[in-house]
Formats: sequence, structure tokens, C-alpha cells
Amino acid sequence: MEEEVSLGFPRKPQLCPSMVAVVLCGTLLAASTAAGLGFCAARRAQQTDPATAPVVVQPGAPGKPSKTLPPSTKGTLPARSPADVEFMQGMIMHHAQAVEMTALIASHTDNKDLRMLGAKISSSQSDEIKFMQRWLAARGEEVSMAMPGMSDMDASGKPMALMPGMLTPEQMEALRNAKGAEFDHLFLTGMIQHHNGALIMVKDLFNAAGAGQDADIFNFATDADNTQRAEIKIMQAMLEKNASKEK
Amino acid sequence: MNRVPSFALRVAVAAIILCSGVSRIAAQRPGPAPGQAVAPPPAASAAAKAPDADDNPFAAQPAPPLPPGMTGSDANDPRYKLTPGLYDAGETSLGIKHLLLLKKPDSFQLGVTDPADPKVQKLLGQLGIGGGMKLPKELQLVIAELAFSNSDLAFEGNHLFLGNFYGVNIYDIANPAQAALVTSMVCPGGQGDVSVYKNLLFMSVEMPNGRLDCGTQGFPPEPPPAAGHEKERRKPAAQAERFRGVRIFDITDIKNPKQMAAVQTCRGSHTHTLVVDPNDKDNVYIYVSGTSFVRQPEELAGCSDEAPDKDPNTALFRIEVIKVPVAAPQEAKVVASPRVFIDPRTGALNGLSNGGSHGKNDEETKPSDSNQCHDITVYSALGLAAGACSGNGILLDIKDPVHPKRLDAVNDPNYSYWHSASFSNDGTKVVFTDEWGGGLGARCRPNDPSKWGADAIFHLHDDKLTFASYYKLPAAQSDTENCVAHNGSLIPVPGRDIEVQAWYQGGVSVMDFSDAANPKEIAYFDRGPIDSKMLVLGGEWSAYWYNGNIYGSEIARGLDIFELTPTQFLTQNEIDAAKTVRVDVLNVQNQQKLEWPAQLVVAKAYVDQLERSQALPAERITALRTAIQNAEASHMNKGKVAKLSGMAPSLEESASAAKSPADAKRLHALAEILKHPSA
Repeated sequence: MEEEVSLGFPRKPQLCPSMVAVVLCGTLLAASTAAGLGFCAARRAQQTDPATAPVVVQPGAPGKPSKTLPPSTKGTLPARSPADVEFMQGMIMHHAQAVEMTALIASHTDNKDLRMLGAKISSSQSDEIKFMQRWLAARGEEVSMAMPGMSDMDASGKPMALMPGMLTPEQMEALRNAKGAEFDHLFLTGMIQHHNGALIMVKDLFNAAGAGQDADIFNFATDADNTQRAEIKIMQAMLEKNASKEK
Repeated sequence: MNRVPSFALRVAVAAIILCSGVSRIAAQRPGPAPGQAVAPPPAASAAAKAPDADDNPFAAQPAPPLPPGMTGSDANDPRYKLTPGLYDAGETSLGIKHLLLLKKPDSFQLGVTDPADPKVQKLLGQLGIGGGMKLPKELQLVIAELAFSNSDLAFEGNHLFLGNFYGVNIYDIANPAQAALVTSMVCPGGQGDVSVYKNLLFMSVEMPNGRLDCGTQGFPPEPPPAAGHEKERRKPAAQAERFRGVRIFDITDIKNPKQMAAVQTCRGSHTHTLVVDPNDKDNVYIYVSGTSFVRQPEELAGCSDEAPDKDPNTALFRIEVIKVPVAAPQEAKVVASPRVFIDPRTGALNGLSNGGSHGKNDEETKPSDSNQCHDITVYSALGLAAGACSGNGILLDIKDPVHPKRLDAVNDPNYSYWHSASFSNDGTKVVFTDEWGGGLGARCRPNDPSKWGADAIFHLHDDKLTFASYYKLPAAQSDTENCVAHNGSLIPVPGRDIEVQAWYQGGVSVMDFSDAANPKEIAYFDRGPIDSKMLVLGGEWSAYWYNGNIYGSEIARGLDIFELTPTQFLTQNEIDAAKTVRVDVLNVQNQQKLEWPAQLVVAKAYVDQLERSQALPAERITALRTAIQNAEASHMNKGKVAKLSGMAPSLEESASAAKSPADAKRLHALAEILKHPSA
């Protein structure tokens, strides 16, 4: 069946004998079953000897004793916070608007610096949208399909608020209608506003109880924060440069 | 924030299922024949990036076309097309023998293996995979990914300490080929950077799930808001039990480590560096590099993430120094927060930017302030430290370790993120790394520029750094292998500057940078990708030499142990000479001066090098080898040893006439050994 290859997984779970052996050895569950598997046999004598068998320990708070955990202990992760999922879904929408803004550059300005910056923002944010979609899909969460600029209705039927920093439909319209230096100015001020919104989203994420504890989302949000701070600085300098040119 | 309306949710689910169907079709498309070249022309790659492929977030991403004037990695290298697999991937190597892989223990893997688990069923359904199938290991990894990643390594005596986002695993490596797990210490918080000093183990924690008590449960989410209060911003929950900073454990009983102290910092500790002051026997110091968000003052008093002009006490733009009394580690505390980015003329705390210094256009500055160090390597014997600090490489005077002072700073137009640093043994060079893409991305594809995500080798002279060259893994890697320059250590081959380095799924590469302008690869080991159709995070985080072997911390697979084997680029004598250097402890970022004993095996390594560089004529090489062999065969008979000593003066003469400074040093060092050799 080709079905199982679809996402790049092997046709069957790759539980080769040596893996089975390791699992069995590690958990000391069935040393007899494992007999005959060379690797296991070699390890068994050592590991069934309590003096040399590996231990699983969990230290206590500073100054408190550590406790020994059973050898069968498995890794566990903190519960996923709804704030994590909302952050990812919201940030996909947020990033999509940045990509939409950068798509205007080619037809709206000849500014070389802005074109370079736009290409970089577009590429990194498209990349990140993919990452966020993967994160949500791999965890069985829904990927937001809301289109940027479209104000969805909330439960009470009122238009849903945009993510922090997102340009309003009026601002987007003004950007679409501008050309040349005016476009450059609206793009830079708009994208600075947009990026500052992302910083607020990251701050809100980490300020929400129980959020940001997943290693992937932690790294992603930390990285997005660092990158967007850097890009804000670059855009501020471009604005200053443009302003001094006009004097 | 509101959740997306349910209609959109259904569309999304449908889209995912649809996408997976698309990728199924794509998967059946025949790929290019093996050995066939590689980088599709830009037009073809654009065509391959059809909208369908774009919609599947799991599809691998080909690199965009190379920027003008840039070259990429070699797609004809045997490392480019290795077969995929978690534990059965294809392998290839040059000059490196793989001895052992010790897989991650079960206690450091996600416990979701039951196909009846409703979470699993939901996930499989959404991914369009038929029910009832066992969850493939790969998918578990995707879910868990970083949460159980192996990270950095430290060594003491016969013990290896393997950091992990979930704690530390301690191995007995008395016999490297039969290394075995001793202790799994569960204590999450990422990224688990480790150092060891006598009976003390130090560990970095930066993530919000870190707990003082090493609990795995993290902190609970807020309860759902009451009806009508959904939009109110709720009071952020400071947690007295949260820990972000550096933990200190007593490992006197290696099977029962005990937490002695947990020193809190505002940004937590992404990495840390052990600093041993040669003039202070009672204390050791820890330099803390925090790269993450600044926590709220409600949780840790005094923490501020304001810009420096708004708050001179901002937790940005600084590192922290922890003082640890060795006899009373429970009294460890932050004693200084050096402002290593300060502009000494204006006093501005954000005095460094990442504008290009050796680019073409110096006035075109990019004013992104460096506000953090990622990693710092100290070389106390020289009183220096090299910091890799986001937008800059910096050089610090650490003679007073509590008050490091910046001596120099460099930047680089091709550098994205200054990640780590190491000195050559003689302190005349510094190797920096650029972690372009953060380590999570495929950045060694044929179209990824060789100057991006590479090492940058700098000369160090009179406390000034000057750029010499880049070194990047020469072999191209696939688009499902996360790959970029990462952690490495020196291999103590006398007479040469050699570093072994981890490149994530690019494997292990051994580089000779004796000639700073022309670094060369002399050995490597590589595996195929974990998966061929989607990027599953893995690969070597760190690859370090310790007392005769190379150890690699494989993010997803476990602990790798290697040994060097001779090739035309590195002889058995050179390997044996490297093995004469034995240390009691190794924390790579606390760099120690390497010294070689006056043994004949070291002399033989020099002779091999003089032959390779043709610094001596063939007959003198032969005469030296014969004399050394005779001395050895005679068990250091006085007469034979005297013959050796008699060869020293002519070597000194050749040294003063040598063509290269490297050969002059080798000739001189060889003469010194021959004067007073031991077996």
C-alpha cells in the first residue's frame, strides 16, 4: 500500500530486532525473550546487575533529596496551553498579511533596499507560516485558514479584532494606492507597526500562564522576537535615511 | 485572542487531509536517478514548487537560487544522497570509524506508543492515515521534536554528561567501545547545556516549563475565562516555583545527583561557560548567556525588558556572572552583569551593531543592536574570552573574571547569527560559527551559499581580530536535513590546528585550519536524513574530542562514539600523538592549553608532517625514522638516544631556514623532543 508512504514515513514502523532488543533491555521487561539477540545478551548481564544497571533519578528542589524513578519511566510533557494554539493560529494570519504587503513591492516601488528587505521578510515569513502549520497539524490542532484583511465574526457576530499590529483594511487600501516614495513610507511605517505587533504577541504568549512550554513554540517565538527586533531597527534606519534625503 | 470560527476549522482539516493526498501523489513521482546532478536550474525549481507542494506544510523546501557570485556545496559528494532512516540510515565516512550509538533511554522519549490513545487517533485521522496503524517512531519524534533533544556534552574522568532539553544522561566511557548509561537525570527546562567541575555539575535552563523541583509537569494553563470576560487581559501568572537560570548539582554520588542551588536570571540561561580563575582556588565562575525573553518583574524582581535609554537596568545588552564557592555551592549567586556591548565613548549600553566590517561597503551599516551573547569561550591561560553575540563576534579581557572588558568586536556581512567561538591552541586564531536558520533549517543544500551558515576563521594578533576565511561543510545535504555550522573542539594533533565539528544532520566534519586562509576538510562521518520527505529535527549537536575518541550528541538518535583512522591527510602517528594528551575534565567552552609530552610518538607525528609538507628531503626523513625506531627497539638504550639527541642541532638549523612558520615550529618542537626523549 502506498498510503503509508504518503507523509514520508516508512511503510512499517521500523522496529528492527536490535531496537526491540534495546527497548527490552532498557526496561528489563523480558530478558528471556531477548536471549539470542546478541546485543541484548551482551548487555544483559551488566544491566540486570543492580550495581551497574542504569538508574532514573529526579532531583528535588535545591537542598532537597532526589528520588529514584522506576526504570519503566517514560518522558512526559506539560499540557499544551490553548494560548499556544491561539498564538500559532493568530501568527499565521499575522504573517500572511506581511507576505501580502511584500507582494506589493515589485509593482509599487523601485527602491532597491526596500526590495531586498521585502524579499527577506517574504521568504522568512513564508517559511515560518509553513513551520506553524506543521506545528499545528502534527499536534492535531486546526490550522487557521482565515484570510488576512477579512474581518471574521466572533461568536456575538461583531467583527473579530485583528492580531496586534496588523494593518486595518483602510491602511492596506492606502498602501495599495500609493506609489514610489509614498509607498516606501507607508510600507516601512506599516511594517514597523506590524512587527511591533508580533513582539506584543510574543510577550502575551509568554505572559500567559502555562504557555510557551513546548520546546518548538518556545524556540520559534524566541527566534521570531529576535529577528523582528532586528528588522525593526533596519526599517527605522531606512526611514531616517529616506527622511534625510527629502530634506 | 479568539479562536477561528468553526467553519474555518473544518476547511482547515479538509485542507490538511487534501494536502496529504497531494503529497502522496508527489511521493510516487520518480525522483532523479542516483548520481544525477543535483541542483535543478532555477526555472525548474520554481516549476517544482507547484502550488500543491506549497500547500503541504510537511513538504521539504528546496533552496532558492544561489545569489549572484555565490557558490554552493558539492552535490557530487557521497554524503549528498545517503539513504534515509532513523536507525538504519545510510552512512559514509572518511578517516572516522563509528564505534557505537547508544540510543536515548525510554525515560527521555515520549511515552505515546499506544495506538488506542485517542490523541494518536485524532492525529492520524487528521493526517489522512488509516486508523489502527501503529504510530511510526518518526511521527513521535515530530511531535516531541525538541522537547527531548540531546544538546551539549561535558566530560570528567570516565564519565560523559549528555545534556538534553529534558535533563542530563550520564554515561560510563571507561571503555568507549562499550560505553554504558549510568544515570538518567530527569530535570526539564531546555536546552540543558552542561559543564562539570570536580563534584559539581552545572546545567542551563531557559524555558518557561523549568521548575525549581525538576518536575516534568511545567505550569498549568489558565482556566477558561468566565462568560462575558473573554476579551479581558488577565493578570499574567508569575510562578514562584519556575526556574530559569543555572542549576548546580552535587554529583559526588554519580547515581544520585542532588540539586544544591538554582541561580535565577531574567532571561534564563541558553548556554553558560565555566570560568576557572587561575588565581582563585576557592571559587569558580559561570558566564551566563541568555537569549530568550525577559521574564516579568512580578516573577523575578528587577527584571526589565525596556530599551536601555528607557531603563538603564534593562536585562537586555548584558551577560551575567555567577560566583560559585566550591565548598559551599548553595551560596552561588549573580555577582555582576557586565555590559559587554557598551560604547565606551558615549556610555550607550547598545554600542555594537552588526554592520559589515569586511564587506565592500562600510558606510552601509545595518543598525541592529546586538543585545545578547549566544555562547562564550574562555581561554584563561591567555586571559581572553571570545564571545559569539548574535550580531557580533567579540573579544574580552577576562583577567578579572568578574569584570570582563571588551577589547575588540567584529561583524560580517555574510553572518546571520554569531553562535559559538573557539581559539587555536596558540591563541593566534579564533573560529566563529554562524547558526543561520537557527539549526532547525536545511541550510547545506546545493543552492545554499558556502559563505552562509559557515565557520569564519579570524587571525588574532595584539588583541585584534582580522578575518581570514570561511569554512563550510563541503558536502551538500538534502532539503530534509537540518544543517549548519555547530559545536566543535580541537583535536590535539601536535603541529597542526585541527577541529572536529558537528553540523547537525550534515554529520561530523574534521577541519584543518593550520593555514587560516585555506581551511581543509580531512575527515568526516555522515548519515542519511532521518526522513527523505520531511525534515525531522536531528543530527549532531556537538562533536568533541575527549582523551582519544570523538563523541557526538545526536539530537534524535542518541550518543555517538567514534575513533579516528589514518588517511593520507592524517597519519596513525598523528592520531597516536593526539592520544598522548590526557585531561581530567573537559568543558569545551573553558578552553585549556594543550601540551604534549616529549614522547617519541609525538616526534613521529612531526616527522610525518615534515614529510607531507616537504620541509625536509626524503633522506633526512628516513634517517629520522630509522633513528627513532632504533631507540624504541632498544628500549631507549643510551647510545641510541644519544644518536637522536645528536640530530637536534641540524633540525634547529633547518627551523631557522624553514619556508613556513608552521614548519619552523614543527622542526623546533621535534628538536626539543629529540634532546630529551621518552618512550
